[in-house]
Amino acid sequence: MSPRVAVLAGGISHERDVSRRSGRRVADALREAGCEVVVLDVDAGLIPSLRAEAPDVVWPVLHGAVGEDGSIRDVLELLGLPYVGTRPTACRRAWDKPVAAATVEQAGLAVPPGIALPHALFRDLGAPVVLEAALERFGLPLVVKPSRGGSALGMSIVREAGDLARAVVECFAYGETAVLQHFVAGTEVAVSVLDLDGSPRALPAVEIVADGGSYDYTARYTAGAVEFFSPARLDEATADRLARAAERAHEALGLRHLSRIDFIVGEDGTPWFLEANVAPGMTETSLLPQGAVAAGLDLEDLYRRVVDAALSPVVAGVADVTEVAAVAAS
Amino acid sequence: MSQSQRPANPSAAEAAAAAGAVAAAAAGAPLGAGRAAVGTRLDPWLSSYAERTRSMTASEIRALFAVANRPEVVSLAGGMPYLPALPLDVIAGIAQRLIAERGAVALQYGSGQGEEVLREQIVQVMREQQIHASPEDVVVTTGSQQALDLVARVFLDPGDVVVAEAPSYVGALNVFRSYQADVVHVPLDADGLQPQALEEALVALEAAGRRAKFLYTVPNHHNPAGVTLSAARRPQVLEVARRHGLLVLEDDPYALLGFDGDPLPAMRSLDADGVIHLGSFSKTLAPGFRLGWAVAPHAVREKLVMAAEASVLCPTSFGQLAVAEYLSTYDWKGQVKTFRELYRERRDATLQALATHLPMTTWTQPKGGFYVWVTLPEGLDATAMLPRAVTARVAYVPGTAFYADDQGRQHLRLSYCFPTAERIQEGVRRLAGVVQAELETQAMFGTPLHGHPHLHHGSGDAPGPELA
Repeated sequence: MSPRVAVLAGGISHERDVSRRSGRRVADALREAGCEVVVLDVDAGLIPSLRAEAPDVVWPVLHGAVGEDGSIRDVLELLGLPYVGTRPTACRRAWDKPVAAATVEQAGLAVPPGIALPHALFRDLGAPVVLEAALERFGLPLVVKPSRGGSALGMSIVREAGDLARAVVECFAYGETAVLQHFVAGTEVAVSVLDLDGSPRALPAVEIVADGGSYDYTARYTAGAVEFFSPARLDEATADRLARAAERAHEALGLRHLSRIDFIVGEDGTPWFLEANVAPGMTETSLLPQGAVAAGLDLEDLYRRVVDAALSPVVAGVADVTEVAAVAAS
Repeated sequence: MSQSQRPANPSAAEAAAAAGAVAAAAAGAPLGAGRAAVGTRLDPWLSSYAERTRSMTASEIRALFAVANRPEVVSLAGGMPYLPALPLDVIAGIAQRLIAERGAVALQYGSGQGEEVLREQIVQVMREQQIHASPEDVVVTTGSQQALDLVARVFLDPGDVVVAEAPSYVGALNVFRSYQADVVHVPLDADGLQPQALEEALVALEAAGRRAKFLYTVPNHHNPAGVTLSAARRPQVLEVARRHGLLVLEDDPYALLGFDGDPLPAMRSLDADGVIHLGSFSKTLAPGFRLGWAVAPHAVREKLVMAAEASVLCPTSFGQLAVAEYLSTYDWKGQVKTFRELYRERRDATLQALATHLPMTTWTQPKGGFYVWVTLPEGLDATAMLPRAVTARVAYVPGTAFYADDQGRQHLRLSYCFPTAERIQEGVRRLAGVVQAELETQAMFGTPLHGHPHLHHGSGDAPGPELA
C-alpha cells in the first residue's frame, strides 16, 4: 500500500521561498518512490485540508518560524497525525541557537564563545558599551546572527569594529535577539544525521567553500557560487571525530529522523558546533541531499524510508503534548 | 550533445566518490574519510555561461517578496493592475466569438510587425496624447517590456552608456544590464527629469570620451517616482537631447491613467524623428494579453521588426485580434475612466495614510499611475528594514531596486494599484510601526544605518510581475 503523505511547505516566514523549493523536491521524490503526495501551505486552510486529506504521515518541510520552533508540530500532535522529524520540545531547543549551543556544550562538544543579546538589553544598558564589551571579549572577526532563523538571513561576519553596530541592527531586522560569536577559522562543514531505526548515523560531511568567503543567502541558493566537497577533505580521524560529534549533538538535542548539524572544523581538527537544523534544506543546492548522495543513497529510496520511519508505531505522541502543556502552564 | 562533449562532468565524479564512501562504510571505516578531493559546484555548465549572466544570482531581498502574496500580508510592493474592475463577461464573449468564427486566423502565425487592424487602432489610441503616426510606424510587441528588449538589442553593445532617470523602472534597468550597458542616472524632481542635470551629465560623458546611446525616460506618472515631466520641460529635454545627438526612448504605459484632466502631449508628438515611443495595453486593459507597442523612426522601426522576428517570430495573433475587437466594440475609454477613478481613490487613501501615520517621512504627489515614492528619515535604510516589515506583514520595494548603482537606500516605493483603500490604510499603519522601531534602533545605536556590511544586493531586487 502506498502511503499518503502531506508535505507542508511555504508558511509565512522569511524563508518561505526556500521552503517551497525544498517542499517541491521532497514531494517529487516521494511521488517517484510510489507515495501519494499533496503539498499544503500553512494558512487558515491547513487544518481543514489535513482533516479532508487524512494523510498517513505529514512531512513538514518548513523553514523558519512556526516550521522549526515546534509549534506546527504541536498542532500535528494535537490532530494525532504521525509526522516526519523532531518533536516540539526538542525543536524549541534546537531552534534557539544559544539554548542549542548550551545543550551540546554540556554534552561535551566544543562551541565558539558567544553571547545572546536581546534588543531590550541594548536599550537598557546603552548600545556602545555593550558592543565594546563584546568586542573586547571575543575580538574580531565576529559573527553576528539572529538567535533564531536559517539560510544565513541576517547573518554577517564583522571584520572591522566600525561595522559591528550596523551588523547588529540588521540582525535585529530579522529577530529580537542577536548572537555575537567568536569567529572560528577553519573548514565549514555540514553533517546530516539519519535516525530511522533508533541509532543516529552521520552521513558524510559536506565541505563548503564559498566564492566570497561567506556562505550567505546568495551563495546558498545560486547554483555555482559555492564549491562543495562531499565527502569533506578531512583525514580519516578528523572525519570520524566530526561524525561522532554530529551524532552526539543530534542525541543531546533529542532530534528525530533527520537533522543537519553545522560545524567549523578548526585547524587542529576540533569540530566547533555552530547550529542544528530540524528542517534541513532540501533544494537542489542543499546539503542534506548532497550528503546522502555522497553516502551512495538514492534520494527517492531514502525519503521513502524516512516516511516509513515516521509511520512506525514505535513513536508515541502523548508524552510530548503533556510536556508542552506543563511548560505552557508554568 | 553527447556525454563525451560535456566540458566537465561532476555528477560522474560525485558518483565515483560516493561509491568510494560506500565501500569505506562496508569496510567499517567512517563514512567520508580519506576520499579523493572532488569538488562540485552543482552546475556542470558553469564555465559555459555568457558573461551577462554574472548578475543573475539568488537574492535575500527577492526571496522576502515570496511572502507578499499571502493574504495576511498587505502588499504595497507589486504592480498588478486591479483586474476585477474589467468587464470580464464582455471579454469572454469576444474570445468565444473570435475562436468560433475566426479561429483558423486567430490561432495562426501573424506578421512580425503585428496585425494591421490593431496597429490602426493603436494609432487612434495615441491620438489621446497628440501623437500623429501611421500604422506603418508601429511595431506590436509582447508587452512594452519586449519593446525595451528590442530597442536595447538594436542599439546597445557591451559597455555602451544609457542615460536614465534616478530612480528608474527596474524592468528597464534589468534589460540594460543584460546587454551589459552602463547606466548613468540623472536626477528628477517634482516636475520630472531636470533638463539642466541632463545637459551636465551629457557634457561630463563627452568630456570623458563617452557618448550615450539613448535617454530612457518615463515621462508620465513615473515608476517608481510617481512624478510627471512638466509640459514646460518636455521641449527643453528634447532640445538638450537634439543638441547632443541623443535618441530618446519614451516609455509611456501610464499616460492615460492621469487623475487630473487630459494627458500632456507625448514627447513623440514634439519630435517624431528623435523619439521612440513605447505604449502598452497592460494598464489600460490587461497585462495577460502581453501586448504593447513601439513607434519609431522608420529606419529604427525596420530593425525592430527584424529583431522581433528573431525573438518571437510574431506577437500573439489571438491576443491582438481580441484586443482589436475589444477596442472597436466596447467603450474602452469608459473603462480607462473606471480604472482612473479607482486608482485615484486609492492614491488618496495612500497619501492620507502617509500624512496620518508617517509624518516623519516625505513623499511625492502622484497625479496618476500606480506609485508613490517615499523618502525615509535621514539614516534609515529601506533595504535593511524590509525583513522587519515582512515580520510586521507589510511589503514594499526598497529604493535600491531602481538604481543601477548603490543609491536609493533611503527610499521605498509604495504601490496603490491592487489593494483596497482599507488595506492600504492598514498597510501604511503597519509600515509606520516598522519605521518607528527602526528609528528607535538607530537612536539606540547612535549611528546612521546606511550601508550594508555583508550583502551585495539592491539593484534589480524587485518582486516578479505576479506580485500584488
